[in-house]
Amino acid sequence: MKSTLKLTLGLTSAMFASTAVSNVAQAEDLTLCWAAWDPANALVELSKDFTKETGIGMKFEFVPWTNYADRFLNELNSKGKLCDLIIGDSQWIGGSAENGHYVKLNDFFDKEKISMDDFVPATVVGYSEWPKNSPNYWALPAMGDVVGWTYRKDWFSKPELQKEFKEKYGWDLAAPTTFDQLKQIAEFFQKREIDGKTVYGASIYTERGSEGITMGAMDVLYSFGFNYEKPDKPYEMDGFVNSEKSVKGLEFYKALYDCCTPPGASNSYMGEGVDAFKSGQVAMHMNFAFTWPGLQKDENVGGDKIGYFANPKGPDGDQFAQLGGQGISVVSYSDKQEAALKYIKWFANKDVQAKWWSLGGFSCLNAVVKDPGFPASQPYAQTFLDSMAIVKDFWAEPSYAPLLQASQKRFHDYVVAGQGSAKDALDGLVKDWTEVFQDDGKM
Amino acid sequence: MLNRTADSVARATPEPLARKVRGISDKGLAWLFISPTILLLLAINIFPLFWAIYLSFTNYRANRPNEVVRNVGLANYKRILGDQDIWIAMQTTAHFVFWTILLQTLIGFTLAWLIDRKFRGHAFWTTIILVPMMLSPAVVGNFWRFLYEPQIGLFAYAVSFVTGIPATQIGMLSNVSLAPWSIVIVDTWMWTPYVMLICLAGLRSIPEYIYEAAEVDRASNWRQFWSITLPMALPFIMLAVLFRGIENFKMFDMVNLLTGGGPGSTTEVASITLKRQAFESWRTGYSSAFAIILFVAVFGLANIYVKALNKVKQR
Repeated sequence: MKSTLKLTLGLTSAMFASTAVSNVAQAEDLTLCWAAWDPANALVELSKDFTKETGIGMKFEFVPWTNYADRFLNELNSKGKLCDLIIGDSQWIGGSAENGHYVKLNDFFDKEKISMDDFVPATVVGYSEWPKNSPNYWALPAMGDVVGWTYRKDWFSKPELQKEFKEKYGWDLAAPTTFDQLKQIAEFFQKREIDGKTVYGASIYTERGSEGITMGAMDVLYSFGFNYEKPDKPYEMDGFVNSEKSVKGLEFYKALYDCCTPPGASNSYMGEGVDAFKSGQVAMHMNFAFTWPGLQKDENVGGDKIGYFANPKGPDGDQFAQLGGQGISVVSYSDKQEAALKYIKWFANKDVQAKWWSLGGFSCLNAVVKDPGFPASQPYAQTFLDSMAIVKDFWAEPSYAPLLQASQKRFHDYVVAGQGSAKDALDGLVKDWTEVFQDDGKM
Repeated sequence: MLNRTADSVARATPEPLARKVRGISDKGLAWLFISPTILLLLAINIFPLFWAIYLSFTNYRANRPNEVVRNVGLANYKRILGDQDIWIAMQTTAHFVFWTILLQTLIGFTLAWLIDRKFRGHAFWTTIILVPMMLSPAVVGNFWRFLYEPQIGLFAYAVSFVTGIPATQIGMLSNVSLAPWSIVIVDTWMWTPYVMLICLAGLRSIPEYIYEAAEVDRASNWRQFWSITLPMALPFIMLAVLFRGIENFKMFDMVNLLTGGGPGSTTEVASITLKRQAFESWRTGYSSAFAIILFVAVFGLANIYVKALNKVKQR
């Protein structure tokens, strides 16, 4: 009887203890919010090491890109506690800093000896700082990304096509270094029969709903001479946004859309671009670098069949590329900020960053990307480095959303719907953006 | 027996409670029962409406919780009414509402009239015709997007087969002239059965003896249709038009799924503009004003229409 009682007591205590332990573990679980895409899967894999090291469990809330901004900005604006950590888009940094959504990380970085000098400078400015170019940090650069291009190396190396191309354009068919060359290649491949299939020149961003066409058009406009504002006079946009060079850039983007994209590609963004390239529809493909690991592994178009090149130069030799990517921040409404900061500290570690790159994430840590072995570590590594050296980003102001909506409308109206001229579109954009900044009391 | 039980229950009820229950009138008891519903209605329907009216006079932005909310008077309303893009969105909406209602009414009534003939297998065909309206708009939007695809879409191939135009040139969703029609086609495909169902109810409600009397008077089929069928089914047709009109005025899902308002802004109906202003640009005050304007427009038009409908019914 005594032993039965002991056994019962023992079992009961064990049950209570295990419940208590699991409750503690549950309470310590962190939720990380991000977009649903390939790098997120790599992060899930990587984070298992964090759980092993610290005992803190990780939960993930991934939302498709098309709803990513809506979903998480709503969450932040409503001061929700869903996310302890968030990998928010680079353009959110201004609004999230000013509206108190993110925890300021300066003191934490000082305490843990995490130096922003250890990260690629463009990613620190793009993902961490607000105001820009000031030492106020709201995120740790997490996922470097930039718009670049992939091309069908196997098609480019076909002797008959090389011969025909040389005869037609007078230069060797190879990855383009200027936008003029890019368009010539795109025209050359447009509606060409290759391996019994009709193929097209290029897949470019034309999406209307979120940010697609702006990311694509800006990627071209920067290299044509577009500037957001007068360098020494912030928010003075007339003559810069709608300069002659900008107009030429937008005209070029429309010409590229009209001449050389697959039929029906009027609402194409990251996913549609990947589909077009993977299905062998296009010779070249504009997309963020995060898509490259997946394409490299693809059985039909990856391996030796795929090549990469950075955004080409504009008519005056300027060369820029649209910055993508994000930093990781601690949400100020989270009850688990201490554990979240532990994650940031762990993530900043060199070995973790090296593993992050090997799993398919794009590290921003100098120690990883400046390692002598880095350029040869992946076929796209050098293009990634070249591209990250020439980045520019869209407005990261608190009002980035209406600024983005205005450019989405103006660019889509002109490029896809063919309404008005490039000059009208950019003049209209100056008007819209001026209104937004006036509403904000910045002009 | 029953009285005795009631008496015993009354005697067993503690005096203070009994006094309280006895003190409530029938009307009071009725209010007591419906008050949860009314409170719920006030909380989720009426309060947000008044809150939106209040917000429409402010510069409030939901993404700037720390910013001071200022009263801007009628500024939001003036800005909306003077905004060319809003008027273009309203025109697009009107175009969409007009054509969908016209096509749905014509095809829906014709189908109802044919089904009412009670031919062999009419019950089976009725079920088949009703299938589209039973599907979720999300499913319909997605599969029509594939059907319209110029490279692999069946629709493009069918049109190409009939017209001889290469399928790759039939960009229903990417062509500025075709995109508005692509939405009209899908909405008509999906909701014509609904109009048909209401019209069928109208046709079935016409007493058979009226036709028999017309037969005795040797009225032709054509005459019977114009003098009996159409006038007697008219209130039902008008009701269907009212329902579809209100629904299509606030159409969002199908447009969002098929074109997202594009190409450019050619299919950007009012509800898409409203969503963009409210949840993408975060101009909450401005979008509240726009929502109020839309509400007043729909409410006003629906009221005028209902009065017309009542007149037709009284005839």
